[in-house]
Amino acid sequence: MFRILRKEELAPSIKLIDVHAPMVARKARPGQFVVVRVREEGERIPLTIADWKPNSGIVTIVFQEVGVTSLKLGELEEGDQLQDLLGPLGQPTHIDKFGTVVCVPGGVGIAPLFPIARALQEQGNMVITCMGARSQNLLFWVDRMRSVSDEVLISTDDGSFGFHGFTTDLLKQVISRGTKINMVFTAGPAIMMKKVAEVTALAGIPTIASLNAMMVDGTGMCGVCRVMVDGKTRFTCVDGPDFDAHKVDFDHLLSRLAVYKAEEKAALDLYLKRRGVK
Amino acid sequence: MSPVEFKRIPVREQSPQERVKNFQEVALGYNEEEAVAEAKRCLQCKNPPCRSGCPVNIDIPKFIKHIAEREFMEAIRELKRWNNLPAICGRVCPQERQCEQPCVMGKRGDPINIGKLERFAADWELEHGVEIPPLPEPVGKKVAVVGAGPAGLTVAGNLARAGIQITLFEALHKEGGVLVYGIPEFRLPKKIVAAEADYVKRLGVEVKLDVLVGRTITIDDLFGEGYEAVFLGTGAGLPLLLNIPGENLNGVFSANEYLIRSNLMKAYLFPEFDTPTKRGKKVAVIGAGDVSMDCARTALRLGAEKSMIIYRRSFEEMPARREEYHHAAEEGVEFHWLTAPVRILEDSGNVAGLECVRMQLGEPDASGRRKPIPIDGSNFEIEADIVVIAIGTTPNPLVTMTTPGLKMSPHGTLVVDKKTGKTTRPGVFAGGDVISGGATVISAMGEGKIAVENILKYLEAKW
Repeated sequence: MFRILRKEELAPSIKLIDVHAPMVARKARPGQFVVVRVREEGERIPLTIADWKPNSGIVTIVFQEVGVTSLKLGELEEGDQLQDLLGPLGQPTHIDKFGTVVCVPGGVGIAPLFPIARALQEQGNMVITCMGARSQNLLFWVDRMRSVSDEVLISTDDGSFGFHGFTTDLLKQVISRGTKINMVFTAGPAIMMKKVAEVTALAGIPTIASLNAMMVDGTGMCGVCRVMVDGKTRFTCVDGPDFDAHKVDFDHLLSRLAVYKAEEKAALDLYLKRRGVK
Repeated sequence: MSPVEFKRIPVREQSPQERVKNFQEVALGYNEEEAVAEAKRCLQCKNPPCRSGCPVNIDIPKFIKHIAEREFMEAIRELKRWNNLPAICGRVCPQERQCEQPCVMGKRGDPINIGKLERFAADWELEHGVEIPPLPEPVGKKVAVVGAGPAGLTVAGNLARAGIQITLFEALHKEGGVLVYGIPEFRLPKKIVAAEADYVKRLGVEVKLDVLVGRTITIDDLFGEGYEAVFLGTGAGLPLLLNIPGENLNGVFSANEYLIRSNLMKAYLFPEFDTPTKRGKKVAVIGAGDVSMDCARTALRLGAEKSMIIYRRSFEEMPARREEYHHAAEEGVEFHWLTAPVRILEDSGNVAGLECVRMQLGEPDASGRRKPIPIDGSNFEIEADIVVIAIGTTPNPLVTMTTPGLKMSPHGTLVVDKKTGKTTRPGVFAGGDVISGGATVISAMGEGKIAVENILKYLEAKW
């Protein structure tokens, strides 16, 4: 069991929890994730590690309430226990001195890119962040991203804050300045990462996408997270989650993410009905 | 002396019609009267050939004699001298290839049903209260065991009974390894696994779940924390795939995924349990091992109208236990022999069926079985909405990748000295599927026992 030490609502339906998991906190690296099970009857879901403190044994997780499991996770309060937390999983992000890097997080993807941007800046890279959300109220950690970036550009889909448009528009703006960009890192909705990859492929900039495939065990056993990279089958949980974005078959990823749509909706309806929400 | 009874006492089972509608255990086992009657058939051979067939060398005639004399507690005590997990082994061991195969009674009639007698004694104890044997004084040595499957549970239990302080690390959220994620409830109830894992814990073994050795902690960390030896029983968890077109379509499962969802995550109880699975109408399972049978039978219980085994060789070469085949056939699983898939057919991102080719058998190959050869132009289609690939697994490379000094074979298994269980790194031992690439529960336990002897020697030499 893993105690929740702190809980914070970052935006409507986006929550942060600090979990006491000393062994995980000791080993975590940027880009890695955990698999969480909320309760005995619960499913196992992967969640990215947004931050960690080895000395106090804290692992910070940020998640968006979209289905039954994330809603149940969101119901837990400070002092409550998580049934299971396994990690850190996956290959850490390859951090190097690349030169100028652009981080493109969208939505809840801001959380996993924060430690990556921080590590990149610590390595002496010039870090430009192009972050975005659907609307101003869904934006979080702007200050934290500023603290680890040399420059931060912000967009909202509805224009309620910053640039009216998408993160890809911000990315194009940065590219059009003509400064040499050595590397792009992106995390967020699969459809956004696909668009980012299209933009950087045209500009010839190497790009790493942190994929958000479905998982069960998260240790290489089940293969539900398999993705097509350069025509080959790879497991997101053990080979990833970072892959060369130009080689990822995003349409295939999008299709696999929707496999259990009908079941997820039925479960959600039942959950909401039981909770008495119309 | 009563006359020799050549026929086995039959084992009561749920009828096929009834059991395909539930996940409850198929074989109901012997009651006391049946067990005593079956035990009395044993000839009590002076040089019992059954023992040599047992990978953990159980004194089989002795425990059977206790049952015949209604000394059930004595029977289980005798079993547990050799085997910490008798309720599990009594259910999933391939006895017909091991202890029962050389049984003298088998020459003229049915061999003694040793498996069901073992199960009877173990279940009798679980029902009447499990006895914890007296434990020796701690010797002041710590050993880490990695993986709480059959090999790990055996090693942990046996070392604890030798006074060694044991921490057993498990990556999943339950003890049992393949016994909980792989083998279905209808063949091995999870409460049986939990009870036998609980027995191992009551021998003093500390279990740490949710620890993936290689990621959460490394072997080097363990030595740094004062563990003097490490046993790796990490299994063969990585699924093999076919590498044919369409393999990544929605509706294609590895056997691991299909079984993990249903067994470990209890997806058959969705939405009361949160993990969903796909309830296909026509399910095609590729491969004909025990795991394939488990998948095909799970499909029926999930409501499939048609459940098919697709196998490139013929009945004779099928690796599954005959009992598993028999149960699957009784339940209505269809068998497509000499049939190999070449492509998975698609309907807008989902599985629509299989394109297969007919095979014929040629000369024996390296495995000693006749090699299947495709017949040109024999391609045909099988309709299916779920395809499960059950053609085997290999060890997860994570521990080897993160541990300097461990050598892996070209097949992905850990290189060990089979006589001692020693890996290529001093102080690190291994057994089970991680060294065999995928075998039986009992062979994993046999390898575990070899490792235990040699871990004790290793610890002593260091004293």
